Amino acid sequence: MNDYRPGIHFRLDSRSGIAPYRQLVDQVRQAVESGQLRGGDQLPSVREVVTQITINPNTVHRAYRELEHQGIAEGRLGLGTFITPRAGDVTAASSRHTVVADLKQWTEQARELGLSEDEMIELLRRLLNRDERVSS
Amino acid sequence: MSSDAVVLETVGLAKRFRSRWALRDCTLSIPTGRVAALVGPNGAGKSTLLRIAAGLTRPSEGTVRVLGDVPATCDVMQRVGYLDQDLPLLDGFRVREMLRFAELTNPTWDMETATRYITQLDIPLDVRVESLSGGQRAQVALTLCLAKQPELLLLDEPAAALDPVAREDLLRLLMQQVADHGTSVVLSTHALGDVVAICDYVVILCNARVVLSDDIDFILESHRFFTGLSHDGTALPAGVTVIDEQRTTRGTTFLVRVELPVDEERWQLQRPTLDEVVLAYLRSGVAGARHAQSSGERDSNGERR
Repeated sequence: MNDYRPGIHFRLDSRSGIAPYRQLVDQVRQAVESGQLRGGDQLPSVREVVTQITINPNTVHRAYRELEHQGIAEGRLGLGTFITPRAGDVTAASSRHTVVADLKQWTEQARELGLSEDEMIELLRRLLNRDERVSS
Repeated sequence: MSSDAVVLETVGLAKRFRSRWALRDCTLSIPTGRVAALVGPNGAGKSTLLRIAAGLTRPSEGTVRVLGDVPATCDVMQRVGYLDQDLPLLDGFRVREMLRFAELTNPTWDMETATRYITQLDIPLDVRVESLSGGQRAQVALTLCLAKQPELLLLDEPAAALDPVAREDLLRLLMQQVADHGTSVVLSTHALGDVVAICDYVVILCNARVVLSDDIDFILESHRFFTGLSHDGTALPAGVTVIDEQRTTRGTTFLVRVELPVDEERWQLQRPTLDEVVLAYLRSGVAGARHAQSSGERDSNGERR
């Protein structure tokens, strides 16, 4: 096999209901977010992934295409697929997006439950201060 | 490599054995380069469909094209590999002799690939095939099939009755072949757990008919469980098709086909696994179209908008 390289060991959860290519994409994104994968790191070749976890090669191709589309990976002709230098920024931006979306949903729920704006702000302040009175 | 966009195409295909229909009104089209799973209960017509595609049995009705041609013609036979439970191994032959025999009988044989696979599987070349384990026999048989370098592989339950390790080795071999040669595969299986990992297309057969035939990613993205309290009169949103429903005293869970994205607040939505989708279709027994009348907003004619 190949030399050691900073890498990722893919896993497939057939019980999750999430499309397999999407699972691989998410795992690369998480590895970039955690710093396990950085710009310039090479992703395992399709054949390596196929041999590692007995997966349909079309699924791996599709995942890599999607990562390229998202700007997280890039194919270099004849060399393989690599993490882009700006991958960290891409995942960070979308994490921020997710946090904002979650917060928006939370405020809507809180409003439906009849919480006032002051109460919401107070709740957030306590959470930020790790105040134990919020835990209930 | 074939430039045909479709490896297996059937229209109104049917097979009758005396008074019993083994396959009925089967119309499907499997794209090139895919690994397609045929799933369904025993007797649903999976083996019959594969045997017709391999040119081993003639259909009673309908048409079938394999790699753009009629099955069993000389040209197609060269380009198709077929394997079922009845492994094509000759007792008394050593593994090495089996490979040599295959080389002499197949013009497209690739001995280098065959030897590499056998070595990778740790199968001794000088052992007689009848003294190999069940798993090794299946692996040798698949190797014989793969080294023929077919464009299309038709496999009838290739991993049935194998222990987990032998099964993994066999499926890995198959996936490597697909990675290296872009081989199209149509395989029947009961192991739904394997399907998500190794297949990208699924055909569900039930009662000798096709009930669903589509891309697995698309199937997962377009089906959801909708759970709601019963008696609250909440209708399902327009545009969803109910495949299956399960009622409890507290509420009802529907497995539905949806047009995404769904932004539905009155229902609790969950992603089904492929097994759950397959089981729902098998339980409902017919294509989801039977329940097409599920829109919450029927017009006055009761017709689907």
